[in-house]
Amino acid sequence: MRNGSAVQVNLPSELGFEKVAMSTAASMAELMGFSLDRIEDLKTAVAEACINAIEHGNQFSNTLVVGVELSNCDDQLEVRVIDDGRGIAHRPAAPNIDRKVHGEEDPRGMGMFLIQALVDEAEWHKGPPGKSFVRLVIKLDKENEYADGHES
Amino acid sequence: MQTATKVNHRTATAASGSPVTVLAFSGDISSTSKDAVLGAYHHLNGAGAAVLLDFTDVDYINSSGIAIIIQMLMEANKSASKPIGIYGLTPHFQKVFTMVGINKYAALHGDESTALAGI
Repeated sequence: MRNGSAVQVNLPSELGFEKVAMSTAASMAELMGFSLDRIEDLKTAVAEACINAIEHGNQFSNTLVVGVELSNCDDQLEVRVIDDGRGIAHRPAAPNIDRKVHGEEDPRGMGMFLIQALVDEAEWHKGPPGKSFVRLVIKLDKENEYADGHES
Repeated sequence: MQTATKVNHRTATAASGSPVTVLAFSGDISSTSKDAVLGAYHHLNGAGAAVLLDFTDVDYINSSGIAIIIQMLMEANKSASKPIGIYGLTPHFQKVFTMVGINKYAALHGDESTALAGI
């Protein structure tokens, strides 16, 4: 695959369409030579980013689409998931299973935690005007760390 | 675009000889799975047996689906029910379930035979 190759997908703001982004990201990562483990990590991170965009960013609007842009550059795969929301005001705390099981914390709200834990870089941005996006990166040079059992 | 969750309910026997209820899921485990997953658990209605959740035929799991499993663990914890075990997850989802701490409240097993030996 040539350096700088890019793919764009637009998803309806309807749950379930995150699977289209997962498949696209998996195909691109496979072409770049990522291991199956890392591809599974990426698929889950991309799915969670798209679900957040569909639910919170675009609020299920049937007139808005979630943009997914994938590009490779210098042995890293970058995914941008773009919605029409205002972005996040603050990042939620890491999930606490004890508090969840004891009913002291919403059982939901793990998406951003999973995204951050499963990819090498995850950033949430506001803008361009009227939009916000999350940028995810996985790097080929991190493959050996994962093969050795590293979990971020 | 979301595949409905199906739940197959059967009884197995643990290595100790005790009966074990197996809830075998198929399809997606996502936000739309709540009625199927929690409904199947409520249907057991304190049957008293340990419960194993079989994910072998699950195609897709997301964080909303994991939250429903946590709700089940929350109900089990409240009612001091028999233990819940989980098997049939892919290695990736074993890792994800461990990341969010589910393994603290439900033992994760590779397959049914190890789950029946361990519960």
